[in-house]
Amino acid sequence: MTTKTLDGVAVDVNDEGFFEHPEQWTEAMAPVLAKEQGIDTLTDRHWTVLRFMRKEYAEHGTGPTVRVLGKTSGVSVKELYELFPKGPAKLAARIAGIPKPRGCI
Amino acid sequence: MSDTIEKVSVIISKGSLEGIYPGLIMANGARAEGIEANLFFTFFGLDAITRKRFEHVKVSTVGNPGLHLPTMLGGVPGVSSLVTHMMEKQMSQVDVPSIPEFIELISDTGAGIYACKLSVDMFHLTMADFVPQVKDIITVGEFYELAAGGQIIFT
Repeated sequence: MTTKTLDGVAVDVNDEGFFEHPEQWTEAMAPVLAKEQGIDTLTDRHWTVLRFMRKEYAEHGTGPTVRVLGKTSGVSVKELYELFPKGPAKLAARIAGIPKPRGCI
Repeated sequence: MSDTIEKVSVIISKGSLEGIYPGLIMANGARAEGIEANLFFTFFGLDAITRKRFEHVKVSTVGNPGLHLPTMLGGVPGVSSLVTHMMEKQMSQVDVPSIPEFIELISDTGAGIYACKLSVDMFHLTMADFVPQVKDIITVGEFYELAAGGQIIFT
C-alpha cells in the first residue's frame, strides 16, 4: 500500500493503483486519475460510466465487469472500449476510486 | 524486458462446447485487461462462427471422463443434448453468455475474429457461411503475422 496526494488530499492506493478506501475518493480527483491512464478529457459519457461504477460498488461492494457494464450501464460494450481503450471495467474502477472488479467474464 | 502481456492470439480448434468456451473466455478476458486479442478458428472450431451451427454446439458426452458418465450412456441418442442443456443452465447462472452472444461481445471489445483458410476450403465454406463478426479468412502465415510480438494460446 502506498499513499499519494490527489486534489490536496492524501489517499491510500494498492500496488496496482486502486483505492484502498473508496470513501477517500472525490469527483475532483477523477480527471487526474484519468490522465494517469491516458484519458485527457472526461466526457459526460465517461462520467455516466464512472457514476455507475460508484453506484454499483456502493450497492454490491464490488465493481461490475465489462459484460455487466455493457448490459446495465446504458453504454454499449463498443462504446465502453472507445471511452476506456485499456480495459473499461479496470480503468473506470481505477478512475472512480473503487477496487478492481474481479470476474472472468 | 516487460513483465506485462500486450497481445494474445487464441486458436480455437475444437467444436465441442467445452472445447470452444475456454478460448472465448481467454480472449474476452484479455480485452478486459486492455490486452490486444485475436481469435483464430480452425478445424471443428469453425462451428463457433458458422451461422447454422453456432447455436447448436454440444458438450462432448463420449470420451469425456470429466463428466463422470458411463461411456455407453454418453452415446445414447439425446444424452448429449440433455447434458448440454444442463450445462448451459449452469453457465447462465454465473452469467456466461451463449456462444452467439459471446462472439458478438468479443467482437465489440475490439478483438479480431478470423477463420482458418485451409479448414474453410476443406469444409467447402465461404464468408457467407460465417457470422458477420468474422473479419477475414486467413492462412496460417497471415495468422503468424497477426500474432507477431504476442503470445499464442492454442485450445
